[in-house]
Amino acid sequence: MQFFPFVVVVWILAVGLYGIVTSRHLVHLIVCLIVVQSSTYVLLLGVGYKTGAVAPYFFDVPNHTPAVDPVVQALALTDVVVEAAVTALLLAIAIQAHKRFGTLDPQELVELKG
Amino acid sequence: MTPAGRRWIFVAAIAGLAAFYLWGLVGLPGFGNYPGPYGDIINRVAVAQTNATAAVSAVNFEYRGFDTVGEEFILFVAATGVAVVLRHMRDERERATGGEHGDEADEGRRVPATSGAIRMVALIMTGPTVVMGWWLVSHAQTDPSGGFQGGVVLATAFILIYLAGQFLAFERVSPVDVTDAVEAVGAGGFAAVGITAVAMGLPYLTNFLGLGTTPGAVSSSGTIALISFFVGLAVGAAFILIVSEMLDQALLLRQGSQ
Amino acid sequence: MTASHLIAVVTPYTVPTGLMDVLQVTVLVLVAAAATMVVVIRVPARQVIALSVYGILLAVLFLVFQAPDVTLSELTVGAVALPILLLLTLAKIRRREK
Repeated sequence: MQFFPFVVVVWILAVGLYGIVTSRHLVHLIVCLIVVQSSTYVLLLGVGYKTGAVAPYFFDVPNHTPAVDPVVQALALTDVVVEAAVTALLLAIAIQAHKRFGTLDPQELVELKG
Repeated sequence: MTPAGRRWIFVAAIAGLAAFYLWGLVGLPGFGNYPGPYGDIINRVAVAQTNATAAVSAVNFEYRGFDTVGEEFILFVAATGVAVVLRHMRDERERATGGEHGDEADEGRRVPATSGAIRMVALIMTGPTVVMGWWLVSHAQTDPSGGFQGGVVLATAFILIYLAGQFLAFERVSPVDVTDAVEAVGAGGFAAVGITAVAMGLPYLTNFLGLGTTPGAVSSSGTIALISFFVGLAVGAAFILIVSEMLDQALLLRQGSQ
Repeated sequence: MTASHLIAVVTPYTVPTGLMDVLQVTVLVLVAAAATMVVVIRVPARQVIALSVYGILLAVLFLVFQAPDVTLSELTVGAVALPILLLLTLAKIRRREK
């Protein structure tokens, strides 16, 4: 249990990278990129966790209850929303690529030049 | 190099990368043994210093507010990029092909009408979603909420109108010019809150409003609530803009006239 | 607005650590399996559904890691906004192909 979340993080990263490298459709590639990004969220939250601690919200618990790290949660939270917008930009570029080249296969897109 | 050969090379490379990554990660103190110190310090002083009971929002909008300005502008630039790419494509197509335009619109007529159940559920859920979005945006300092989540929920409420089959209503409720302006107000407002602090002689993004008396009330914690409001506006408008750019004008205007 | 401190309730943390460990390990295994499933499905239209399921499982994982804020973000973005964007892209691409 000490390092199991980190093993899962590495697994998700490896699986996502495998999907990116062997992809035959740009949208499938972008979804695998989303999976790779999500491995970093799990890593961030795994680093900040404290055994036996509560969430860092002191609305209904006394002020000095041991709580998990709020800094990594703040990072992960803005991360999730902002990377959705960046994914939207990637999808728009994929639509543009489909219009210009007629194909969405990354292996064929590399060979078309101009 | 055959695809299968490429695949085996990749597997070898990823095994090496995974081994290094795992070796680095097991050097950390282990899951559950958080050593501190910053998390513990912030948990101890956040409520007293900012009158906000949500330590995460205090970190996001107060202690690390400068980072959040940067992230918000990433979002702004990404939404603008989507708008630029897709509007350019739409203008090119409308200019280049007059007759083909009619064919595309005719094909759109074969899209089946939205079922009655989906329309009813979507229209019923729009109101509660807006209320939930505003609750999330305005309660950043008390509960697990904040501008980012609330903004996305607000955008979802508008998208529900489109999902209910009322594309014309969606376009009327969120015209592109207004959405652009709202997003600019949100992003600019956040920067302006920081600059107001500079104009008062304090460092950028200092909490200059009154902190309120009760920790965890909606009106407490000074600029955190104000910044969360602007962030909610910007994020919501960005997502509505992205979705409305991705919806094709020609197809759905023709279908929406039913 | 100042009545909020009157209704605040003290909720003691009562889940025993062993049970919490089991819960976390279970959800981590499910997340790893869901990630594999998302990558292995090659048809993008079906992959979107798998991504939605993956987003919900991630949200549960973040909740179990005591991070409700990140849960909210991941639920709204990963299970709602991203599948909408992906399906719209696929619809645009399919119409252009016809």
